[in-house]
Amino acid sequence: MMIKSRRSFLKVAGIAAIGMGAAPVMNLAASESQGSALPKMEKNEEALHAKRWGMLIDTSKLTEDVVEAIKDACHKSHNVPDFTIEPDAEKYSGTRPVREGQEIKWIWDEHFHYAFPDKEDEFLAEKFHDLPFLVTCNHCKNPPCVQACPTQATFKREDGIVIMDYHRCIGCRFCMAACPYGSRNFNFRDPRPFIEETDPDFPTRSKGVVEKCNLCAERLAKGEQPHCVEASEGAIVVGDLEDPESEIRHLLAEHYTIRRKQSLGTEPSVYYIV
Amino acid sequence: MIMAGLVVFVLAVLSPFWFNLITSTQAAPKPELLGKAAKVKKCVLDKYEMRAEHMYLLDVWRDSVVRDAARKYTGTNGETFNMSLSTGENSCLGCHEDKAKFCDSCHDYASVSPYCWECHTNPKEIE
Repeated sequence: MMIKSRRSFLKVAGIAAIGMGAAPVMNLAASESQGSALPKMEKNEEALHAKRWGMLIDTSKLTEDVVEAIKDACHKSHNVPDFTIEPDAEKYSGTRPVREGQEIKWIWDEHFHYAFPDKEDEFLAEKFHDLPFLVTCNHCKNPPCVQACPTQATFKREDGIVIMDYHRCIGCRFCMAACPYGSRNFNFRDPRPFIEETDPDFPTRSKGVVEKCNLCAERLAKGEQPHCVEASEGAIVVGDLEDPESEIRHLLAEHYTIRRKQSLGTEPSVYYIV
Repeated sequence: MIMAGLVVFVLAVLSPFWFNLITSTQAAPKPELLGKAAKVKKCVLDKYEMRAEHMYLLDVWRDSVVRDAARKYTGTNGETFNMSLSTGENSCLGCHEDKAKFCDSCHDYASVSPYCWECHTNPKEIE
């Protein structure tokens, strides 16, 4: 029979308590030596980074052909529907005819006096009357569409791109009302019958969501320049507005540029050399 | 009289069993590993986790890609994947080439209709 004194009991209890406290520490040390067991989600190494992406469009380099090429490159690769085409009768039988004026566009040409209504002077230089001005989502620093979106389907990414999560869009179209640039379009119907050639590298949209330019986030992630830049023959430059050494900032320092509807305070990130 | 009623009652109560006896039931189809997936045999998670959790995984992937621009996933098994349903070699469909036999067969059996393919495209279906 063992007789335990209170003293020896407390000694054993104390050692046991230390042992229990040490176990988690030992486990942690052991797991660290094996490398982290949690999955990792990272950006691609080749991805292009910026603090705030911006776009500069040199309107003097824009010709009708270049504008068409840019629109085409953007819309084809993003599976933007074209409601002027006849849908494939076999594949999409029973497609309702399109109501006139329905369109979806990510980047398009606009007359100066529509693109810059606050800059229209009585005696505007002649050339501005027929120059094609390319307009798209301005990826505003202070985007009203983001504030309007009730589901956070539209949001501003940390690199300044105003982008949509189509999964979350409930089709309320508040963002369309909020955007002063008309950069957003609603899919009133299934867009698929009106996509001539579906690009497998980008999803289509479904009926009932709003869509707009995403500044080719999917290409920036692969280290490539946006489609519009590649098709623009030097007319469009996309770069980091917050980096004073970037090409776009050098160009902005050299040229007089304007932005659309600056007075609204949305701080557009698309600049125009005129 | 009571006995006859009881017999009818028991027959009626056990009707689901009679129904099963006279109809044939299909076993749940197994997702088929074809092409690249059959060779590589290393998925994002292990088989059973993948069966039970793939929808949650896709949900996490979606948020990561769209919101954080993080498109590269390194799993606990050390393999790296492109977080994409259908674009590129290293995406879900890049490896599991046959959507009908891999996704649809189970989804049809379980009577779930995920709306992934309303927007995402199956490269095989685009001629």
